[in-house]
Amino acid sequence: MLGNLAVQALSGLASAASLFLVAAGLTVIFGVTRIVNFAHGSFYMLGAYLGWTLATNLPRGHVPFWGGVVLAAVIVGLVGVVVELLLLRRIYKAPELFQLLATFGVVLVVQDAALWIWGPQDLLGPRAPGLRGAVYIFDSRFPLYDLVLIGIGIAVFLLLWLLFQRTRFGILVRAATADREMVGALGVNQRLLFTGVFFLGSALAGLAGALQVPRESVNLQMDLAIIAEAFVVVVVGGLGSLPGAALAALLLGQMQAFGILVFPQITLVLVFLVMAAVLVVRPYGLLGRAPAGHAASLHIVEPPIAPLSPRGRLVAAVALGLAMLAPLVLADYALVVMTEICVAILFAATLHFIMGPGGMASFGHAAYFGIGAYGAALLVKHLAAPMELSLLAAPFAAGIAGLAFGWFCVRLSGVYAAMLTMAFAQIAWSTAFQWVAFTGGDNGILGVWPPAWAVPKPVQAWGALVLCLGGAFLLRRMIFAPFGAALRAQRDSVLRAEAIGIDTMRTRWFAFAIAAAFAGLAGGLFAFTKGSVFPTYMNISRSTDGLLMVLLGGVQTVTGPIIGAIAYTGLHEQLLRLTDLWRAVLGAIIIALVLFFPRGLAGLGAKQ
Amino acid sequence: MTLLVVENLAKSFGGVHAVQGVSFSLAAGELLALIGPNGAGKSTCFNMLNGQLRPDQGRVVLAGQEITGKPPRQVWRMGVGRTFQITATFASLPVIENVQLALLSHRRRILRFWKPLAAEDPAEALALLERVGMADQAQRPCGVLAYGDLKRVELAIALANAPRLLLMDEPTAGMAPAERVALMALTARIARESGIGVLFTEHDMDVVFTHADRIMVLERGRLLAEGAPEAVRADPRVREVYLGHEGTH
Amino acid sequence: MLRVTELHAHYGRAHILQGVSLHVRPGEIHVLLGRNGAGKSTTMKAVMGLVPPTSGGVEFLGQPIAGLEPFEVARRGLGYVPEERRVFAELSVAENLEVGRRRPREGLAPWTVERVCAVFPSLAAMLKRPGGRMSGGEQQMLTIGRTLMGNPCLVLLDEPSEGLAPVIVDRMAEAVRALRDEGMSILLSEQNWHFARRVGDTASIIEKGAIVWHGTMQALLADDEVRARYLTV
Repeated sequence: MLGNLAVQALSGLASAASLFLVAAGLTVIFGVTRIVNFAHGSFYMLGAYLGWTLATNLPRGHVPFWGGVVLAAVIVGLVGVVVELLLLRRIYKAPELFQLLATFGVVLVVQDAALWIWGPQDLLGPRAPGLRGAVYIFDSRFPLYDLVLIGIGIAVFLLLWLLFQRTRFGILVRAATADREMVGALGVNQRLLFTGVFFLGSALAGLAGALQVPRESVNLQMDLAIIAEAFVVVVVGGLGSLPGAALAALLLGQMQAFGILVFPQITLVLVFLVMAAVLVVRPYGLLGRAPAGHAASLHIVEPPIAPLSPRGRLVAAVALGLAMLAPLVLADYALVVMTEICVAILFAATLHFIMGPGGMASFGHAAYFGIGAYGAALLVKHLAAPMELSLLAAPFAAGIAGLAFGWFCVRLSGVYAAMLTMAFAQIAWSTAFQWVAFTGGDNGILGVWPPAWAVPKPVQAWGALVLCLGGAFLLRRMIFAPFGAALRAQRDSVLRAEAIGIDTMRTRWFAFAIAAAFAGLAGGLFAFTKGSVFPTYMNISRSTDGLLMVLLGGVQTVTGPIIGAIAYTGLHEQLLRLTDLWRAVLGAIIIALVLFFPRGLAGLGAKQ
Repeated sequence: MTLLVVENLAKSFGGVHAVQGVSFSLAAGELLALIGPNGAGKSTCFNMLNGQLRPDQGRVVLAGQEITGKPPRQVWRMGVGRTFQITATFASLPVIENVQLALLSHRRRILRFWKPLAAEDPAEALALLERVGMADQAQRPCGVLAYGDLKRVELAIALANAPRLLLMDEPTAGMAPAERVALMALTARIARESGIGVLFTEHDMDVVFTHADRIMVLERGRLLAEGAPEAVRADPRVREVYLGHEGTH
Repeated sequence: MLRVTELHAHYGRAHILQGVSLHVRPGEIHVLLGRNGAGKSTTMKAVMGLVPPTSGGVEFLGQPIAGLEPFEVARRGLGYVPEERRVFAELSVAENLEVGRRRPREGLAPWTVERVCAVFPSLAAMLKRPGGRMSGGEQQMLTIGRTLMGNPCLVLLDEPSEGLAPVIVDRMAEAVRALRDEGMSILLSEQNWHFARRVGDTASIIEKGAIVWHGTMQALLADDEVRARYLTV
């Protein structure tokens, strides 16, 4: 028993060590550049793949093995420098959301690059030379390599501490984390500093990745899996705080290790619950500080929204008429795509509702889509409820989740709010994933079929058209109504909104819940058209799909999400059909979009 | 008639006494200026009146009702209109909708989801804009207005809840000299017509001495002097702390 | 040495600087006088490139510097001491000084930690103390010292006396004069007339974002009318 506990504690330390390496890089990069680097997980994955290649190709032995690990870290550091020089350097002054999106573009490109170079199969690397064995602690086995990993974690922490305390580079990094404008006014070239920090941070991620090779298989899912955890560590520790990252990594490592013993079903939920709890009590993390007022603030003035012109109304009416007639003539496959587009439009419109008029970022909007889908599917599965009732329940379930999660999210702002939304989405996802008995786990829930009258594809397409476009229309009405005006008003100026008696937090909260409810409707519809639900309905990729649709269409226009949803779904379909490397192409498009058309597609038509 | 009574207001930040025991009163229709050097506690004092900051001690009473420590939106509901040092308006909304929203909020009709805001009785909003001379720009979004015009829109917004008290934080900062005089003349006229009390901070001494009925000078968190403009101008202590030294006028 | 011509700057939509022109000669202390809100700090920031000027020129050592990034301006020899001090609170005094350190400038005696401590003796005893745990006066000395470590030829001092006790203000005045006597040029913004008259060689008065008077400190001392008009309540 005692041995068992000791081994659990040690394996908690081992996972804390690698988590710390990744999170340290992320937090240092954020501290200095204020960029939340989604691609940090990709650097970790690259490190693992490079580590695998070097470990399998170099001769056996201590020196080649550890040399390979270091080399992998350095190469990843250089990749980070290239990304910084070519992409991030141009968007340091862009809104946070665009930065996040650009780095997500990098995620997609790296995913396909890794697929292209290393193939889709899981790769198993060699064990570390001389560390294959295990040690016995009160007659429980503990892998020797994990012990070394703990040592490396501690050593890197100490080295980083020395670097930041004792070298000029480290002092400048700490100064810039506190007040980078002042550091510039003292004659320090920030560009060099940023590039240097990016090298360091990326190399740490690469190192962590390469060190994983002897422990577990290398695969293409590593990037998003680690980035979610690293975000949690960094946010819990306090963005930009290195000791905070270490503390949070320790905490989470132990929680995962012992959570398995106590609540095997909900270890993932536990992690994200801790994050939500910490953020509510300490909005800037355990050791974080409120961002200094001196940080260069860029106030972005949103352009006004306008109702459709008479000509715009005509175009919309004609388009709607054609869409209503389309099910009479289109083939089943085209109708399936059309139904999907309708669902995407409503999903994008709900996300736009909180992002555009609400001015809140959400990185976990898929949660409400998924909760709607699961709400409907669970009713069908466990209570054999009819479709009509289940479809009604979907927005309710999602709306209630929106009220609950939203209550926390609207209390934070900027990156922290975005991270919290992502944490809640991960909670929803891991519940669906781990609670196998209720949700079916990874296998999802099958057999969510509509009644006989709703089986024909044209009927489904009409249903989706009416419900989704109807929902989007309702949201649109709200945006122009007093409630929506108050929502836009608090986005423009919280100070002024409060000064004329508007409860800004409540306004954001209601908007969040309304958007969640409509997203739930979209999810419920999606469940019935597909006949099944899976945890993937609420994963990070689906949340970013929504973000891409909104940003593709342009956040600033009400019509944007509709255009964005159509363009993105169409683009996605076409890319899937045309090329195996559709992710890379999509990633490149995102990056180009951020660099060249920050106002989105809908902004292209509008005269500046 | 005494409109606002402030008693023994105090606030510290981490051991620094920003405001220590400030008391004064303001009558309806009166323009009272609050001046003093940087760091004297003007902003702190102001923010305790408008609800942005909670005082450590002291009371703020508006027309017999205590408003001490209430948040800004409740202070507004009790009849206090505000303008900001750096204008705060809803940049993406047309001028008229800025005012319409304030009017709707005053009637607690914000939680409406169907009828567009633009269709909500524009006549009253237009009348307010007429009063501050902004009716001709009613349909332009605030984001494109000239700075002086924004200040006038703020005044119209502040008037939307038929306030008893106007709090104006440096109403003429960032404006061209000619605009300053015009804005304060407008404010003074409205205050006298409607019996609104006005408390304002200001750096432009021309504005202060032309329009204030009474002046308070704050220094290191305390009221140094208070009285009619001529008396304050002649007060040697005021000259001492506020740039002026040996000058005569 | 520093020549500012018809400088305009905005903060958001507010037109803060409405045509500021001034001139600082080598080895002199030029005081920019004015009430708070008159545009003193914005003038400093615009010269430094921290607030981008909307129009007008800034010439330093004969070279145009308007539009350069702050770090480039600093490297050309302009030191900036902000009004809010902006000490790095978690860094020690020694580390704060280290952030400011730049290569020695040709023809000038290089600044070192020891030399800074000679000017501000109280810093010497607290080199290891975090910047956040210092008094206002000590922080002010530290920010000046930090800027000096960059070996500037001209220092922009934004309201160095603000919020300091009178005895500290006296010490600050001595230090500023000592710097001038070593050949440093200084542009100092101030609303404290006592402090200004003690340290200034020449002066400008700024009001509502424009310079309304400039001349020598003697002339200002002698001109009762100007002082009454612009510097009196």
